[in-house]
Amino acid sequence: MATAYEAVIGLEVHVELKTNTKIFCSCTTEFGGDPNTHVCPGCLGFPGTLPVMNKKAVEYAVRAGLALNCAINPYSRFDRKNYFYPDLPTAYQISQYFHPICKEGYVEIELGGKKKKIRINRIHLEEDAGKLLHSGSSITSSQYSMADYNRASVPLIEIVSEPDMRSPEEARAYLEKLRAILEYTGVSDVKMEQGSLRCDANISLRPVGSTEFGTKTEIKNMNSFRSLQRALEYEIDRQQDVLEEGGTIIQETRGWDEEKGITSSMRSKEEATDYRYFPDPNLPPIVLDPAWIKTIKASLPELPDARKERLVKECGLSEYDAGIITSSRSLAEFFDRTVVLFNEPKTVANWMMGEYLRLLNAEGLEVSESKVTPEKLAALLKLQADGKISGKMAKVVFEELFNTGKEPETIVKEKGMVQISDTGALEEIVMKVLAANPQSVADYQAGKEKAIGFLVGQVMKETKGQANPGIVNQLLKKKLSE
Amino acid sequence: MSSLLGLTAHQLQGLLEKKELSCAELVKAHLAKIEESDGEIKAFTRVTREAALEQAQAMDAQRSRGEGLAPLAGIPMALSDNLCTKGIVTTCSSRMLENFRPPYNATVVEKLQEAAAVLLGKCNLDEFGLGDSTESSAFFPTRNPHDLQASAGGACGGAAAAVAAQEVVFALGSDAGGSVRQPAAFCGVIGLKPTYGLVSGYGLIAAGSSLDQVGCFTRDFTDGALVLESICGADVQDSNSVSSPHTDFTKHLVNDVKGLKIGLPKEYIEGVAPKVKTAYEQAVAKLEELGAVCEELSLPHTKYALPCYEIVLAAEASSNLARYDGVRYGLRVEAEDVESMYNKTRGQGFGEEAKKQILFGTYVLSAQQYQDYYLKALKVRTLIKQELEQALEKYDCLLTPTTPTVAFNLAGKGKNHHGRGGVQTHGLTCPASLAGLPAVSFPFGKAQGRPIGLQLIGRAFGEGMLLRVGYTLEQNTDLTQLSPAVKGER
Ligand SMILES: [Zn+2]
Repeated sequence: MATAYEAVIGLEVHVELKTNTKIFCSCTTEFGGDPNTHVCPGCLGFPGTLPVMNKKAVEYAVRAGLALNCAINPYSRFDRKNYFYPDLPTAYQISQYFHPICKEGYVEIELGGKKKKIRINRIHLEEDAGKLLHSGSSITSSQYSMADYNRASVPLIEIVSEPDMRSPEEARAYLEKLRAILEYTGVSDVKMEQGSLRCDANISLRPVGSTEFGTKTEIKNMNSFRSLQRALEYEIDRQQDVLEEGGTIIQETRGWDEEKGITSSMRSKEEATDYRYFPDPNLPPIVLDPAWIKTIKASLPELPDARKERLVKECGLSEYDAGIITSSRSLAEFFDRTVVLFNEPKTVANWMMGEYLRLLNAEGLEVSESKVTPEKLAALLKLQADGKISGKMAKVVFEELFNTGKEPETIVKEKGMVQISDTGALEEIVMKVLAANPQSVADYQAGKEKAIGFLVGQVMKETKGQANPGIVNQLLKKKLSE
Repeated sequence: MSSLLGLTAHQLQGLLEKKELSCAELVKAHLAKIEESDGEIKAFTRVTREAALEQAQAMDAQRSRGEGLAPLAGIPMALSDNLCTKGIVTTCSSRMLENFRPPYNATVVEKLQEAAAVLLGKCNLDEFGLGDSTESSAFFPTRNPHDLQASAGGACGGAAAAVAAQEVVFALGSDAGGSVRQPAAFCGVIGLKPTYGLVSGYGLIAAGSSLDQVGCFTRDFTDGALVLESICGADVQDSNSVSSPHTDFTKHLVNDVKGLKIGLPKEYIEGVAPKVKTAYEQAVAKLEELGAVCEELSLPHTKYALPCYEIVLAAEASSNLARYDGVRYGLRVEAEDVESMYNKTRGQGFGEEAKKQILFGTYVLSAQQYQDYYLKALKVRTLIKQELEQALEKYDCLLTPTTPTVAFNLAGKGKNHHGRGGVQTHGLTCPASLAGLPAVSFPFGKAQGRPIGLQLIGRAFGEGMLLRVGYTLEQNTDLTQLSPAVKGER
């Protein structure tokens, strides 16, 4: 008898905060830059230098905590996590182990119409490490490695969930929701490709119905939402195979290999480092004023769930469309701004859900990187609404707008696309088409109303698609009933 | 010329102002003294002769224009070699940093530059400030100018010896549990450790970060007040530094202790050498004679201070010293892979004592031991702090011996004076460090030709009170002014 298993998943998510300067020195946090140009004696761990807390990082952590329904600890403190690695200048990472800044929050996810709360255990502030570039494939197999400390000491928050997720889809939904909320709060760019959002997963299996946890593995190196889901799917299969063969799961850290589509062991629990956490004597505790926390709470923007509800209720969008449009702040803002200029929310939503997202995804672009602005989209929609271009033309114009950023009006002119809505001009063509197709005329007059479709098509053909189909329709009906 | 040596900063300032003396003469006299004595004493790891002479000449030019009349302007001084000096090799007396040139100055160095004091060089100490005799210096031990067989104390023995040997007028060092006060006691000078945070620790190469405090060695209390006024103050680069409203230290140099209540904690006298005890009793008698009220009290947690301090210091040092890994600066011993490079670099870069402290500190912080050692030490630390603070609510300050004995003998090349190593002679000085309170050691006579040191412990930011009591004793007895430490003198 095969046992049915259920997965128990928890995520540890690292988020780079979008402060201007690093967490303990005044170096810039700008992404990129030549190696070791965004560094100073402090973030290089030179002897005698001392960390000085960046207040903005504290504010951002609190902001994130509040948006994720956390309690904010009025007293938190920094600890040292001690380990040796060449990307870590002081050989300890300043983090919060004993007293994190936020605790006990949650995120609500929705899958197949069902809502579920995923609890957050804690959020703590910490510094990032630098980056190593190996001449070979790893530090041990390389002739040499180069260290770039530009990223060292960039502020991070680590968001630790409870083991509340039961499937890879739930884990993905949680991470996507987390990303959306954090993007709304403006504390981070939350870009997985640039590493400003990073995710590790803890996963174990247990027989359905059991309340005890099985032995877990920790999965690292997942660089996209898709790879998170794939890695967890793979790991569930792997663990299930081991259990079904009567084996035991080894508690270990496993790395996800995107190309091979497998996880493989990185280190076992026995090889795990004892980090020797202790309070960092160089940094006084963070003591927060409740009034200050209130001010931050008051400054939070409308968050994805509230915004979605508004789009459904006030704009009449479907749950699905509203969900997609509010999944990122930039998309939601794009929608709002476009609707202000062109007050037909459903049309705007259709365009965004259809052409716009399709092209964005195809090009791998963010809303902020695209040449389409709410003003330009609204202008295009107006041209269509005013009958100046057809729906088909509008799609062509949009693609051109997406690629070049030109004004829709300009594109229409350049392409000579102006729709013929001039009744006089069309009447002549309509008469010509009627004369050339007596059979269709007879069919229509005999009650076959469908025949008019063929006649419209003929007029469009004659005008190379530039005729206004509505007017053509009216003209045909008028002539046929004369 | 030699009459210049042994004068205090405030005396010299008078001569400089009256133009009876030029900075160049003053600096040259001290450089000559270093030349003459330091071969034997070995207070210095590096003498910055050229820069000092250049600065002295510039000072003289300024003075001729009527500028540069700050209290410490032109005064020759030295820095313990764990204080970072921009462009000047700062070794921490370790092979690890033998060629390390910091690209920045410690904040206190900046402040002394503003005060226009003249740096003559960097002074020897126990490697990374871990020790009590300078015998763990990677280079050489420093000898006691009062007796060349004796240790100058440690960690900052070099800075204390440089002042005692009249090679400089004052010096700065750091005190984590007695590293300024104990060598000051051994060398017969004044060693002042301020309240934790009163003086910025930016640029001080850390041993035990929650204990480390920059302090000064001077020849009298007036100089102590002058130096402290120059170096104190909040610093944006040190989050633990604080701004105190009570920094007009020279105002407290008052010859009057009438009615002051001075506590005599009896635990500090237990096991103290008879001659040290006699000196202590003499000081008490003198203070009473001058109108102070001296009273015995009990601080029962004192006996736990040393083990508590050893755990906290080692734990913090083990973490602070982890950055010396050969990757970015300092010593690197090449090897086939990164792990071996770490091992070889740290194996060859650190001496015995630093390694012991790293091992011990790593042990007390390990997951299995944390509760029993480090956490317990933090709790004991709180008790010691509370006990001292409560006593100081009742007393204006406490008087104790600085060390249980006078300076011990140097053990000889490559050896340590005691089998266990470490900081055992900091037993009477470490409680004030654990509590973050100000304390000062001052000379009070000699035994077997070696200076005896007594200690005053004050309230947080109560340096003024310590200066007042010390100054009064200084004005009313000769015992605080030891005859100059000259080679062979007994
Ligand atoms: Zn920096």
